[in-house]
Amino acid sequence: MAKRTLRTLFGATLLAMATLVQAQEPRVVAITQIVEHPALDAVYQGVKDELAERGYKEGENLTVMHESAQGNAAIASQIARKFIGEQPDVIVAIATPSAQTVAAAARNIPVVFSAVTDPVGAKLVQSLEAPGANITGVSDMLPIDKHLDMLLRVMPDAKRIGTVYNPGEANAVSLINLLEERLKARGLTLEKAAATKTSEVLGAARSLVGKADAIYLTTDNTVISAAEAVIAVGERADIPVFAADTATVERGAVAALGFDYYDHGRQTGAMVAKVLEGKKPGEMPVETMEKLDLFVNPAAAERMGITLSDELVSEAEQVIDSAK
Amino acid sequence: MLSDIALYGAFETGLIYGLVAFGIYISFRVLDFPDLTVDGSFPLGAAVAAVLIIDGVNPWLATGAAVLAGMAAGSVTALLNVKLKILNLLASILTMIALYSVNLRIMGRPNVALLTEQTVLTPWYDLGLAYHQVPVVLFVIVIAVSLILLWRFMKSETGLAMRATGANARMARAQGIATGGMIVLGVALSNGLVGLAGALFAQSQGAADVTMGVGVIVIGLASLIGGEAVITPSSVLRALIACVVGAIIYRLAIAFALNADVLGLQAQDLNLITAVLVTLAIVLPGVRNSVVSKFTRKA
Repeated sequence: MAKRTLRTLFGATLLAMATLVQAQEPRVVAITQIVEHPALDAVYQGVKDELAERGYKEGENLTVMHESAQGNAAIASQIARKFIGEQPDVIVAIATPSAQTVAAAARNIPVVFSAVTDPVGAKLVQSLEAPGANITGVSDMLPIDKHLDMLLRVMPDAKRIGTVYNPGEANAVSLINLLEERLKARGLTLEKAAATKTSEVLGAARSLVGKADAIYLTTDNTVISAAEAVIAVGERADIPVFAADTATVERGAVAALGFDYYDHGRQTGAMVAKVLEGKKPGEMPVETMEKLDLFVNPAAAERMGITLSDELVSEAEQVIDSAK
Repeated sequence: MLSDIALYGAFETGLIYGLVAFGIYISFRVLDFPDLTVDGSFPLGAAVAAVLIIDGVNPWLATGAAVLAGMAAGSVTALLNVKLKILNLLASILTMIALYSVNLRIMGRPNVALLTEQTVLTPWYDLGLAYHQVPVVLFVIVIAVSLILLWRFMKSETGLAMRATGANARMARAQGIATGGMIVLGVALSNGLVGLAGALFAQSQGAADVTMGVGVIVIGLASLIGGEAVITPSSVLRALIACVVGAIIYRLAIAFALNADVLGLQAQDLNLITAVLVTLAIVLPGVRNSVVSKFTRKA
C-alpha cells in the first residue's frame, strides 16, 4: 500500500515537473512603430500572424508589447528606452526612424527591423550580408534583380533598357544607380531619361524611342504620377513598359512584381522566430522581399507589340483585364 | 514600474526639451511673441549638426553651427515681423514651413544617420558610466551652463531691455530701447537654443530626420506651463528652473503613460494624454500668465 502511494507520488512529481518544463516563461517580443499607417500596421499584423503560425501564441507562450510613436521622434526615443529597460527577447523596429532610435540605445538586446529601405545608408548594419552587432531585419528595397529576371523572361532579346527618373529625388537616384549596376552585371545597358517634374515625363519618355528595347520604371514618385505618359509612348512606339509597383500595371504597364506589406511583416516574423530560437541577429543576413506578387496586363502587352506567354499569365497573382 | 533605462531615457529627453522650453520661455514669456518657428528650427539644428559631423567636422563645432543656424532661422521670423510688419504668429508659420524645404536641401535626403559617427557623446562613454547614464550626465552639464548664461544675460542691460520690450513695448521705446532689435535678438536666441536641442537630440538618437520637428512647439509649451504650475516663476531664475522641471515632468508623464497598461491605455492614446496634460496644466489654479491668456478666451 505504502509502496503504491509512493509510486503515485513519484509519478505525480514527474508529471508536475514535466508541466513545469512546458509552461516556461512566455517569450517577450516588443514592437515599436514610428507611426500608424496602413502599410506599417500590416507589417505589425504580419509579424504577429507569422509568430502564431510558428507556435508562438500571444497570451500563451508569447507576450507582445506594441507601441506607436505617433510620428513623434521624442516619443520614439522613449519607447526605445522603455523596451530596452524591460529586457524583451527581441525588439522589432518598424520603419527607419524607430529602428535608428532602438539601435542607438540597445546594447545587448537582439533587434529585428522591418520596412527599412536602406539599412546600410541608415547605418543600422555594416553590410547586408553580415550585419554585425546585434541587429538584422527585412529591407523593403525593390528586388531589382527579380524584376529584371521577370522582364527578361518576357523579352529575352532585350539589350537596352530605358527608364525615366527624377534626378532630384534621392530615393529614385539610388534606385537608378543600383539598376545600372545590375544591368551592367548582365551585360545590358541602361538608357536614362531625366524628368524633374511630371510635365517633363512625356518628353523624357519620347527621347527613349529608338534607344530602348523595353522600359522599366522604378518607384520614382514623379514618374509614377505621370506613368500614363510613358505608357502612351510605349504603345505608340511598341516599347513594352514594365513597372516596379503593381498599381502601375492596372494603369497599363505590361507586368510588375510587387509585394504587400503584410507579407513583409510575415517575413519579419519568421526572422524574429529564428532569433527566439537562438540565432544571432548579427550573423543573419538582411533579407529582401521573397514573396512577390506578379501582376500582368495581357491587353497592354498586345498594345505594346508583345504577347505574354500563357505560362506567365497562369502564374500571375492577378491578371488585369484592361480593355481601355 | 519604470525600469532604470526608461527613467534615464525620460531624463535624457526631458533635459533636451528643457532647452526647447528655455527658447519658448524667451519668445512667449519674455518677448510676448508667439513663435512657432521651433517646429522647423529643431530639425534644422539636427540637420546642420548631422551633415557637418558626417563631413568630419568636430561634433562640438557642428553643434555650434546648429545653434547659429537656429539663430538665423529665428532672425528671419523676427525680421518678417519687425521689418515687413507680418503678424508674429503668421511670420513664424511662414518660416517654419520654409524650413521644411531648407532642411531637406541641407540633408539631401530625408534621413541622415549618425549611428556610427563620432558625436559629442562619444568621449563620455569611456568614463565608466552605464551606457544609458552617459547622455543624462552630459546634458545636465549643457543645460546647467545654458541656464546660468541665460540667467546672467536676462539680468544684463540688454536682457533688461529685452524684458522691457516684451512687458511694454511703447514704454520701452519711450526709454530709448530699440524694440525691433530686441525682438530680433530674442527670437534668434530662442531658436538658437532650439537648434542646440535639435543637434543634441540627433546625436543621442543616432539620426537627423526631417520629420523630427513635429509637435516640438506643443511639447515645449506643455513643459513651460507644467513647470510654472509646479514652480511659481516669480523671478527669472525660478522661471528657468521651472522650464527644466516642467520638461522632465512631461517626459516622466509620457514614460508612465507608456507603462500604464493597467489603466487600459494604449499606444494610440498618447496624443490624447498629451492634450489632456496640456489642458490640465493650463487650467490648473494659480497659473495666470501671458501664455495662458493667449490660449484661453478673454472674459
